Amino acid sequence: MSLAAELKDVTFAYPGGPPVLRDVDLAIDQGEFVAIAGPNGGGKTTLLRVLLGLEQPQTGTAALFGEPAGRLSERFRIGYLAQRSQLGIQSPVTVEEVVGAGRVARRGPVGGLRSRDREHVSSAIDRVGLGDLSTAPVSTLSGGQQQRAFIAKALAGEPDLLVLDEPTAGVDVDAQESLAVLLAELHAELDTCILFVSHEFGAVEQFVGRLVLVRGGIVFDGPPTALPGQWHDPSHVHP
Amino acid sequence: MSILDADFMRLAFAAGAIVGVLAPAVGFFLVQRGMSLIGDGIGHVAFAGVALGYLLDISPVGTALVASVLGAVSIEWLRSRRQAAGDQALALLFYSGIAAGVVLISAAGALNASLFAFLFGSILTVTRADLLLVGLLGAVVLTVIAGLYRALVAVALDEESARVSGVPVGALNVTLAAGAAVTVAVSMRIVGILLVAALMVLPVIAAGRIAWSVRSTILIAMGIGVASAIVGLTIAYYGNLAPGGTIVLASAGAALLATIFRRT
Repeated sequence: MSLAAELKDVTFAYPGGPPVLRDVDLAIDQGEFVAIAGPNGGGKTTLLRVLLGLEQPQTGTAALFGEPAGRLSERFRIGYLAQRSQLGIQSPVTVEEVVGAGRVARRGPVGGLRSRDREHVSSAIDRVGLGDLSTAPVSTLSGGQQQRAFIAKALAGEPDLLVLDEPTAGVDVDAQESLAVLLAELHAELDTCILFVSHEFGAVEQFVGRLVLVRGGIVFDGPPTALPGQWHDPSHVHP
Repeated sequence: MSILDADFMRLAFAAGAIVGVLAPAVGFFLVQRGMSLIGDGIGHVAFAGVALGYLLDISPVGTALVASVLGAVSIEWLRSRRQAAGDQALALLFYSGIAAGVVLISAAGALNASLFAFLFGSILTVTRADLLLVGLLGAVVLTVIAGLYRALVAVALDEESARVSGVPVGALNVTLAAGAAVTVAVSMRIVGILLVAALMVLPVIAAGRIAWSVRSTILIAMGIGVASAIVGLTIAYYGNLAPGGTIVLASAGAALLATIFRRT
């Protein structure tokens, strides 16, 4: 199976600071559902930013779909839910408008959405269970529903790689479990590679095939069942 | 005698209506990106452009247009390269623009009434040629905004995820900055350099209080912009007051009313 994402011997430090990541090697196949976890400040988000080509490592290489991550020719293949994703704008915005924005990269920046694009937007909204709320202002939704809307936005571009950075932050426990079930369903139905990045992985542990723990480097990489018992508690992800 | 009997008032209403539609359409995207004050910064650079026009004895509108676009694109460049925080980049633009304007004006010996027309607006002296220029440039900017509407909304919603997915964020930001600069340059004869930014921001603030979506916010903001121009001009006509000020006060009044009667 070909690789969706790959880091080879990556070391990264922010200007003037100590290395945040050291000698990281990571290969993720297309179609995998992977949780990337670790303590806050452990380098998860940095790893993700290097992987997505948003940061250039001091040593090593990052690749997406076999191309250098910073120069990927078909970036619309990535659906991305940024950390603490929230409305970047002050004005009211409907679910449909948020999800429609996720179609722009695939559609191109000029012109409106065609009927095929609108079908994908509508389908993404239905998939996350917000079909009845498509014209509702996002600000009127619960935290869990808002995250579903943002996931639908990432899905609207038909991504081959869906990257979710701390998608359960600020969401109550019930909504976290519901989101995990949703992601498992999406993974089963769409054959999309999903990277779930979070400081704790309890909600998705039973659904992911692979767990990667990051603390300055990769300290565990394997199926969640192989994880040493004491690390299952999120407070013990500091080996 | 009707307010529309005079040719200069018909021209003023037409020019005011165009700016009333144009300024909020561009301003919407600036407000959403937390750059409500960029219009002011561009206005200060436009002032330097007007001064340069006087010094070189060429069209102040043309030199203001060039200076505004260069200034706006520079600020976007500074911001995107993280060479300066957004407010620091604005401060650099504000003060350099106004200082250059003062120096150039003093060199040109042009501290006179026609300069004040640019600073505070002179909508009642708008000519058919002025109206044609405002109409043409306004149509160009509105066409560009309409064509890039969805992409601009995507960037406003979440710049980073748009960038990750390959939306050309840098090019869109520069295009928006240039659109804002053209809007300032064509609007300065109508409401004045010192007030034009208000018409880019206040109708958007008002609309955001009562709208239910991005699209409705923009359309309502345009409506408030046009209504502000008509109400402000009418008040100025009958009260013998400065039209630039009454137009902006009308839109400030709309923002206040919308805040009081906002949707919950």
